[in-house]
Amino acid sequence: MIAVIGLLLGAIAGIVLGPSVPPSLQPYLPIAVIAALDALFGALRAILDGTFDDRVFLVSFLSNVVVAALIVFLGDQLGVGTQLSTAVVVVLGIRIFSNAAAIRRHLFKA
Amino acid sequence: MADLQPGSTEHDEAPPEALPEAQAVQQPSSPAAASGWTKLRRGLAPRLSRGQLVAGVLCALLGFGLVAQVRQTNSDDLAGLSQEELVRLFDEVTQRTDALEEQAAALRAQRAELVSGADSERAAVAAAAQRAEVQGILAGTLPAEGGGVKVVVGETDQRISAVLLLNLMEELRNAGAEAIQVGDRRITASSYVIDTVDGVMVDGVMLSAPYVWLAIGDPDTLIPALQVPGGALSSLQARADATTDVEAVDHLTISVLRDVKAPQYATPAPSASPTGD
Repeated sequence: MIAVIGLLLGAIAGIVLGPSVPPSLQPYLPIAVIAALDALFGALRAILDGTFDDRVFLVSFLSNVVVAALIVFLGDQLGVGTQLSTAVVVVLGIRIFSNAAAIRRHLFKA
Repeated sequence: MADLQPGSTEHDEAPPEALPEAQAVQQPSSPAAASGWTKLRRGLAPRLSRGQLVAGVLCALLGFGLVAQVRQTNSDDLAGLSQEELVRLFDEVTQRTDALEEQAAALRAQRAELVSGADSERAAVAAAAQRAEVQGILAGTLPAEGGGVKVVVGETDQRISAVLLLNLMEELRNAGAEAIQVGDRRITASSYVIDTVDGVMVDGVMLSAPYVWLAIGDPDTLIPALQVPGGALSSLQARADATTDVEAVDHLTISVLRDVKAPQYATPAPSASPTGD
């Protein structure tokens, strides 16, 4: 419940404050957001599996974000930023889907 | 969720891991699903534990970043694009510009063509109109005006024969008269003068003295040509004892017209030059 409230609070803060993303962060923020979403879905699944651990959640959340941004940064340096961004999005998307499927099976048995 | 209603009275066998407070609201038909919902509810239940706080903070970060990114994506289209995308976009815009410029050049050329076509058509119309004027004056279908001479031939006791009048007419033509009128008849290429019992007939109409000739042309040429010794006027005076009066007129108007019938047998030869010069 606190997580849901935190999510809402963050969204409201973003709407109210209206931050402009610094140009140096612009290529990485979308990937970081998707990585964080992946971590969130993984955490939900872990709750349902009964294996949720806040330390794992914290580490996976931060490492997902950092690794995703790092991959994009590396891709930009190598001149394949767009392709690597696509690759990261695809991989994270697949993980989100599989986590969502696991959550669905837990909740709806289907 | 229906299972949150406290008034539910179903008492079903709850799974062993379900919390005691959740047992009263289990759905009887899905005991296994209840386990999932229960776990979720238990996991999300507000407790001031370290895990809950960490999750809350991280979720707040996620929400903030999500909203910031969405706003960024909506606010400006170009700033969020990578270099390659910008280059591709630039290429597309350049290609589009080239294509449009090509199209504009083609349309401009087409317009110039049409304008020049209209110009040449206008020139052709003007030339045709001028030709029609010239030929109308020559054929006697248009009134004419200009400088010329007026010749009055008066009869005394002797009849003036058609030959003498024809002679006068030919003399005027030879001297370059461009439009000739005698009496109320317009003289053209097909005009004729014949003697009849009652007098002189011009183009089928009887004329009588005095014969008033109007001729448009250069008076300095026409008058000497008429008055040359042995010419038309002198032979009129000598052979018919006629009185002749010639005067140069600055501005003559020949308004008598002649009906021209369309040729019945002759058609223009295909290769004939339309200028007729």
